[in-house]
Amino acid sequence: MQHKREIGKLRLLQGNIACALGALVAKVEFFGGYPITPSTEIAEYLARELPKQGGKFIQMEDEIASISAVIGASLAGVKAMTATSGPGFSLMQENIGYAYMAEVPCVIVNVQRGGPSTGLPTKVSQSDTMQTRWGTHGDYHAIALAPSSVKECFDLTVRAFNLSEKYRTPVILLLDEVIGHMKEIVELAEPEEVKVAKRWKPTVPPEWYQHFEINPHFVSPMASFGEGYRYNVTGLTHDPLGFPTARPDEIKNKLDKLKNKIEHNINDIVQVKEEFMEDATSAVFAYGSTARAAQQAVRMARHKRIKVGLIQPLTIWPFPDVYMEHLSEKLDLILVCELNQGQLLGEVMRTSCGKARIRGLHRYDGELLTPDQIFRRFREVR
Amino acid sequence: MEHLMTNITHEYLRTKKKFPSVWCAGCGIGIAFGAVIRAVDELKLPKDEICMVSGIGCSSRIPVYADFNTLHTTHGRPLAFATGVKFAKPELKVITITGDGDGLAIGGNHFIHACRRNIDITTVLINNSTYGMTGGQLSPSTPYEKRATTAPYGNVERGFDPCDLAKSAGAVFVARGTVYHVTQLQKLIKKAILKKGFSLVEVISQCPTIYGRLNREGNAVQMMTWQKEHAVSVEAARRMPSDKLKDKFLTGVLWDIEFPEYVEEYEKVIARSQGKGG
Repeated sequence: MQHKREIGKLRLLQGNIACALGALVAKVEFFGGYPITPSTEIAEYLARELPKQGGKFIQMEDEIASISAVIGASLAGVKAMTATSGPGFSLMQENIGYAYMAEVPCVIVNVQRGGPSTGLPTKVSQSDTMQTRWGTHGDYHAIALAPSSVKECFDLTVRAFNLSEKYRTPVILLLDEVIGHMKEIVELAEPEEVKVAKRWKPTVPPEWYQHFEINPHFVSPMASFGEGYRYNVTGLTHDPLGFPTARPDEIKNKLDKLKNKIEHNINDIVQVKEEFMEDATSAVFAYGSTARAAQQAVRMARHKRIKVGLIQPLTIWPFPDVYMEHLSEKLDLILVCELNQGQLLGEVMRTSCGKARIRGLHRYDGELLTPDQIFRRFREVR
Repeated sequence: MEHLMTNITHEYLRTKKKFPSVWCAGCGIGIAFGAVIRAVDELKLPKDEICMVSGIGCSSRIPVYADFNTLHTTHGRPLAFATGVKFAKPELKVITITGDGDGLAIGGNHFIHACRRNIDITTVLINNSTYGMTGGQLSPSTPYEKRATTAPYGNVERGFDPCDLAKSAGAVFVARGTVYHVTQLQKLIKKAILKKGFSLVEVISQCPTIYGRLNREGNAVQMMTWQKEHAVSVEAARRMPSDKLKDKFLTGVLWDIEFPEYVEEYEKVIARSQGKGG
């Protein structure tokens, strides 16, 4: 199988393909999608490779249908994913919300381009950061991962599937046009070296089974359709059996469960990468493609004996609240760099509680931030 | 008629679900539900192997009460969810329940593409010409000049014919029944379930509570009498002059052709990708 030949040796790969390879290693069996730039390579690669291992690829009539089919497939018992970009991500919001409510594991890749609306199909942006957290209506708690290299595209795709299965929730992988299309020489892990999570299955007899059981883990075992458990799934607020409810106690329990399964597992979900933070008195905060320029800028500053470090959240949602709160006590200044008009800037300000000075550097003209721009901005605000 | 008199439907209802149902007195949806259940029972399909998918609306509440694998989705999307279920697990028998608003308005795009793809899903579209759950608004099948709460001076749009639509879009089996002609309806649903590929059964039903009042069509009995007087089977229609058919609608099997089914076709794709011929 071709994907196996491509793994486990040095190879020139683009981020979108590394993402597709990560999905195959994570044992994805279903892809439902709709073509959109700059994500299409993921669909094309999986259209070719999935059937080779008996998996299913389907091009749906739009993005609403794509995420719907993905949720249907996941309930039927297979690992399922879709990939899109901003406009398609907007269309998917309706049923991403359904997946939160019905607690259906699935992975949604958003290779960000400029917006709003049709925006900039071929240009880079990080302007869906907030939509990733707050895109669909209602109270819910999102998991979103943001890779900054081709290697991380592979690793975080595997992680996205693992978190999704473990916590029975959709996980969003937030790429951007540069990460998706950039080619790097990478050595990816051998499939047998990769830890792949399995869905937690019920062990009780069908008459005891509750598809949305409230338990101390805040995650319920998940039977698939056709396994003899015959449960109901609905987007309406439901009781532990999956039947629509209007009882205040059951409504609260359901929403608490969605909250707690993320909040009680923050330490497992949140990952932050650091560089030169041991003695740093200030830091540059960046994620996705911007983290690469930020890393270079921090190294430039270190050459000039400036005690600055790099904070790169690999998990952007849930936001690393506690980590940032602790850090802002130690630091004088945090410079937040993003390809938008200021989205995670607000989160950094919120978590620093006024302890550190927070400044931003925001570019939103379809181009990348350069190391030089970041370095100059850092000197300006220092 | 013996099968209608027994409590066969009770065996397929969920015991943990609290009744009464959401449907108003005189609503036709319960009758359509009964027909689906009896069709399933006659075919001796195991409950575990049935996945019943629906959208949003009065008719889409059916799966909640049915003791199958049930998936109550978002408005208009049941066929897209059902496509994922069927494609991922072809051994499941997938039955989609939808209504005229869910299936033809917000779900119109998914409807035509499920027909075009010819994926093996049986769709029962219960057509009561209105949005019952939200209180009687205009639907894509509300007839010309009829009233709705959002068409208080009469509807100036033409209604969709879901059967013509399905046929044109590529469905291999299309039938229409009414909740009055319940024995025929049950047989049509049975045939649709047995058919390989995308099948549609449109069920003409009544909403006496809202649509009936708005349009002065009387109570449930009077509305069902209208169904009796205006439905003509395709067989009978062949023997009738066209002027007598002017205000009538056809019931029975309207379209039945053979065409390769999607999931089976994809099995060929899998074989080809693995270099196993094709």
